[in-house]
Amino acid sequence: MSYLLTLSPAYAEIFLLVMASAILIADLFVVSKERTLTYVLVQLTLLGCALITTVTHEPNVMQLFNGMFVGDAMSDVLKLLSYLAVSMALAYSRHYLLVRGLFTGEFMVLTLFALLGMMVMISAAHFMTLYIGLELLSLSLYAMVALQRDSVAATEAAMKYFVLGALASGLLLYGMSMLYGATGALGIAAISDAIRHGVENKELLVFGLVFVVAGLAFKLGVVPFHMWVPDVYHGAPTAVTILISSAPKLAVFAFVMRILVDGLQPLMMHWSGMLAILAVLSMAIGNIVAIAQTNIKRMLAYSTIAHMGFLLLGVLSGGTDGYGAAMFYAVTYVLMSLGGFGMIMLLSREGFEADMLDDFKGLNQRSPWLAFMMLILMFSMAGVPPTAGFYAKLSVLQAVIDAGHIPLAVMAVLFSLIGAFYYLRIVKLMYFDSPDSNAPISVRFDNGLLISVNGLAILALGIMPGALITVCAMAVQQSLLLR
Amino acid sequence: MLIGFDTLVFYTFAVITVLAGLSVITARNPVHAALFLVLAFCSAAGVWILLEAEFLAITLVLVYVGAVMVLFLFVVMMLDINIEKLREGFWRWFPFGGVLAAIMVGQMIWVLGSRQTSETGAQVLKHSASYSNTKELGRLIYVDYVYPFELAAVLLLVAIVAAIALTLRRRKSVKSQDPAKQVLVQKSDRIRIVSGVGKHGTE
Repeated sequence: MSYLLTLSPAYAEIFLLVMASAILIADLFVVSKERTLTYVLVQLTLLGCALITTVTHEPNVMQLFNGMFVGDAMSDVLKLLSYLAVSMALAYSRHYLLVRGLFTGEFMVLTLFALLGMMVMISAAHFMTLYIGLELLSLSLYAMVALQRDSVAATEAAMKYFVLGALASGLLLYGMSMLYGATGALGIAAISDAIRHGVENKELLVFGLVFVVAGLAFKLGVVPFHMWVPDVYHGAPTAVTILISSAPKLAVFAFVMRILVDGLQPLMMHWSGMLAILAVLSMAIGNIVAIAQTNIKRMLAYSTIAHMGFLLLGVLSGGTDGYGAAMFYAVTYVLMSLGGFGMIMLLSREGFEADMLDDFKGLNQRSPWLAFMMLILMFSMAGVPPTAGFYAKLSVLQAVIDAGHIPLAVMAVLFSLIGAFYYLRIVKLMYFDSPDSNAPISVRFDNGLLISVNGLAILALGIMPGALITVCAMAVQQSLLLR
Repeated sequence: MLIGFDTLVFYTFAVITVLAGLSVITARNPVHAALFLVLAFCSAAGVWILLEAEFLAITLVLVYVGAVMVLFLFVVMMLDINIEKLREGFWRWFPFGGVLAAIMVGQMIWVLGSRQTSETGAQVLKHSASYSNTKELGRLIYVDYVYPFELAAVLLLVAIVAAIALTLRRRKSVKSQDPAKQVLVQKSDRIRIVSGVGKHGTE
């Protein structure tokens, strides 16, 4: 019994696993096409996880399973945000999937398993758990992209995602094995210690680092490892795109923090240069290519690439400020992405996908409130002042300047300006163009409420960003003390 | 310096593994490729035995050669892969891919072949005869690495769920048997007694 009590930091993971397996079985006995019972169970599971994570929160850093699992403030905060993001993504996509006949028990169970993978990644302090968490997340996502069997685009996207994801995993594992060879350790803390005490062969270490960074870049979707992002975001059903683009970014942020910052901090002089190249290329290609897109899902995909570049800027500046800013950026990005893809699903109806830019023409005349929400989302993505996106960009830029990378900051601002063009183009389409069709927009009450809360939250976070910034900074600070 | 017996065995197995691996990707016939993979597994198992990892070596042969590769061969035979079609465009992209690969190999040799790296010749630990590799493996998996081990099980569960969700589709046009219904069939379901029998017992 006492052993079970020591597992308290992992209770949320255990609960989620048990519930996911139970729901898998319970779903067999649900006859209704609406899958209401399964859906409610899934949402209750997420709520339960949130409660458990809150109750089992400890002010100090907890290590479990021979130091393979770590529970600290950063992991708890990121987990809570992941539950929220997954819960919102499911709520947004329920109706969308129902009318397309894709709202199955497997979809929800795979979502829960993907969430479990994210949680494992967030709490991982060992190469083994980092990798297994990543695979658990990726495998669930590959399958979910392919779930729409009749869509050629979805199958193609799944294939690309799977093959390139496998390649990325290979690169990551190769890098990890090199690091293991150089340090003789797999645990994050042990690796950090080994490097600090001097490693015989520095070359091998840096060699492994290059592969690890390349693998991470693949998973983050930053240039030049970004080719899968637009195709997957575009080809996957929007309900899956919203999942891929939201909570996993938090998990990958934790992944980057654990490997590069906690484990390979002594090599920062090496990896910060690599991240700088990746970040600048991502912001350049992401923002410039997004201008040429006519499909809003592809456009948001390129915008993701640019945003991930910005996030890397925060990581490479280092220090509590830099990491805190990167975490704040990840959180606001998740909120914006949820809203953006949620809006596409809201405007779609049976047999119609509102995924072209032209579908947003004259939205103000058809539904002023939705147009206003989209305006907030686009302003936030562009980084226009009273929104959260502005503060996210500002705090990252501050960290970059404090770290003394003035040219990087200048380039970041320039590319953000270029990026503002295509975000504001949507605002122009909504407010100054006349609609192509006057088909009534029927928004279900719950989805309307959700998008309103989402949009207003972005506005509120932009006006009062202090609390979240403090939480992020504190969370990151504790995780840095871990070493 | 004379090379010991161990080293000789190691290099024999290593050469066979590498050659078999090369043949896997160059063989024209997919069945041959699969068989070369079997050879690669077997010689890798030899290297593992040299490292005193008997249990793993036997598992590699039993599971991979015995089960996975047989399944693989079945699939290869059933699929009837057209090699010529797969090889289309190979030579067109070869210069591009070849140059990239050459650059990468060159860089890797440059880094890994440097003096410092090549000196990493760790001695393999030799254990006494009473040492049990299997017991040690069990302790590692169920005590030290229990968390990743359980997660690997979840990974397999996800693979099962995903495979079934992606392949199981109820299509109306597919003719399938339901054994339960077949067993429960009644005489009256199949035989129709035709009344009005003719004079000679037949109509």
